[in-house]
Amino acid sequence: MKKIATGNKAVAEAVKQVKPGVIAAYPITPQTEIVEQIAEFVTGGELKSRYIPVESEHSAMAACIGASITGARTFTATSSHGLLYMHEMTNWAAGARLPVVMANVNRSLGPGWNIWAEHTDALQERDTGWLQVYVSTVQEAYDATLMAFRIAEHNDVLLPVMVNLDGFLLSHIMQPLETIEPGDFIPPIHLPHAIDVKNPAGYGGLTGPDQQFRFRWDIERSMRDSVKVIEETQKEFAKRFGRNYGFTEDYQCGDADVIIVAMGTLGKEAEVAVDLLRREGIKAGSMRLRWLRPFPKLNLKGKQVVVIDRDYSFGRGGILATEIMAQTKEEVASIIAGIGGQEVTYEDVAGFVRKRRMGTEFWFGVSGNV
Amino acid sequence: MDTIAEIPKEEYVLKCTSACAGCSDSLALRYVLKAAGPDTVLVVPACCTSVIQGIWPNTAFNVPVYNIAFGAAAACASGMSNAFRAAGKKTNVIVYAGDGGTLDIGIQSMSGAFERGTDFLYICYDNEAYGNTGMQRSGATPLGARTTTTPTGKTDAKKDIDAIIAAHDPPYQATAAAAYPQDLFKKVQKALTFRGPSFIHVLAPCPPGWRYSTEKTVEIGKLAVKSGMWVLYEREYGKLTIGAQSKVAMKKPIPLEDYLAPQGRFKGIDLQTVEILRQRIKKTFAKLAAEEAAP
Repeated sequence: MKKIATGNKAVAEAVKQVKPGVIAAYPITPQTEIVEQIAEFVTGGELKSRYIPVESEHSAMAACIGASITGARTFTATSSHGLLYMHEMTNWAAGARLPVVMANVNRSLGPGWNIWAEHTDALQERDTGWLQVYVSTVQEAYDATLMAFRIAEHNDVLLPVMVNLDGFLLSHIMQPLETIEPGDFIPPIHLPHAIDVKNPAGYGGLTGPDQQFRFRWDIERSMRDSVKVIEETQKEFAKRFGRNYGFTEDYQCGDADVIIVAMGTLGKEAEVAVDLLRREGIKAGSMRLRWLRPFPKLNLKGKQVVVIDRDYSFGRGGILATEIMAQTKEEVASIIAGIGGQEVTYEDVAGFVRKRRMGTEFWFGVSGNV
Repeated sequence: MDTIAEIPKEEYVLKCTSACAGCSDSLALRYVLKAAGPDTVLVVPACCTSVIQGIWPNTAFNVPVYNIAFGAAAACASGMSNAFRAAGKKTNVIVYAGDGGTLDIGIQSMSGAFERGTDFLYICYDNEAYGNTGMQRSGATPLGARTTTTPTGKTDAKKDIDAIIAAHDPPYQATAAAAYPQDLFKKVQKALTFRGPSFIHVLAPCPPGWRYSTEKTVEIGKLAVKSGMWVLYEREYGKLTIGAQSKVAMKKPIPLEDYLAPQGRFKGIDLQTVEILRQRIKKTFAKLAAEEAAP
């Protein structure tokens, strides 16, 4: 069915279609519309989930954990401080091998109170054992949320998945949305370690130095196995519903001399910048990183790489740039742009490429004009 | 049920727990689980019970135990209870948490779960300090008690968690003591018949923390009730009933010193502090008697 929707509504529509047993969430700008829409679906009887209006994000994730371990499908949504407040429990969900799905509407961190787009919130969750995907359109927000359930609940994965969409730039933007009937594309959930009172077990109890590393390694093993599951899922999705997704979305990369790497809406903006640059005779391409965890093998050999980070790790650099520099020997120009919703146009992105200085870091709006 | 012989013989707290000698946490849990039966899941935040259940892959409890982060037990139980009920299962969801996980770090999630009418039983076993980390003060530590972070005695009063719970108006709430297992057993059985949240606050004396010899655990618990430092009662839909043992104590409490003297944590307590504790007992008795007498 074709409609017009915001990024937030698209997420809620996808959640409605996979029918989680339990949804627990706490409102925060700019995610609020997701929980409002879900609460409306539940109250109106369109969605037969239990909706728990918890008193905090910490409790939202704890409630998802409690529900998930019974074998129920679970969902939550948050943003920014909400995500950071549940940080203890995001670790728990991954460690407990629970396929919780969460939408995170990327937003800056205080102080000051800034409600606009930034990726530092989700990137501070980078090492928790969650799979992370970043989307760039309303349609992709919907499709990625659907796929997140299938990937998380796959028995070779059993790890939580976070779907990231940029605050306001996507959460509140209206775009066309085609909804689908997922049918058996989303099979019923089966959690092999679900609580069974007939076979009592202890979960997450004292674990000694001779065992803990085995559980940690098992998370990494599944994270590696998830690559295949993500590929299969995206392939199957394309076959059934006609929309193609990869670990990255590559645009004009083949013959490019310089490649722009970014995540979220900025990664989409980069495609327009590529067109602009190509008209000027600069052989540019763009590689929008969709999956941050597991981090894909990027084909950047022989290219100059301009990485745009809407985030930062103080004392080190742009987080995406750092990740890429750890993987490739190619030269990187690191651009820090879009922090706290700072406006970045495709013209600005083209400027980053035109005036790139390889091996340097450039803070847009701080280091002078490009 | 009038005699201890009528309590089921099935054991859910198995032998070889890693509890300290004379531990009343495990003693209370033994009767909690006998009352609850096998269709039960325990949700346990960080507390002594995290340790007592043993080291993975072993477990000393014969019901599923879900361990969860310190401040999150009631929220976790909310999710669990909702998921079980949605699946048409009646499985008891019981939070078994210490005083730290209840009065202090867990109070927000607990308040939220009670306000939302979660169908679960929350049991706080109260050893009046952070026992698992070696006896630091908690909100439940009584005035005058020495802990490792109040080496000269606590200068603040014990937080009245029961009044806070009462403000949520749950269908059922009670106090109990590990020293009175039949009373505890009956209260757990009753609590589990209510739909919605119920709360039982269990006094759990701790030999290493309270500094008395291990064989005195039951005796100390009884002295707490007889002196009025702990009052046994229950509230059903807001209607208070004071327990028989506490009725006796209200008429004629034993000297408070009889309760304080055997415990090393009250060693050197000054007379003025003892008098404040005594006045507090009187005040609590008067308040509860008035509430029970009210039409």
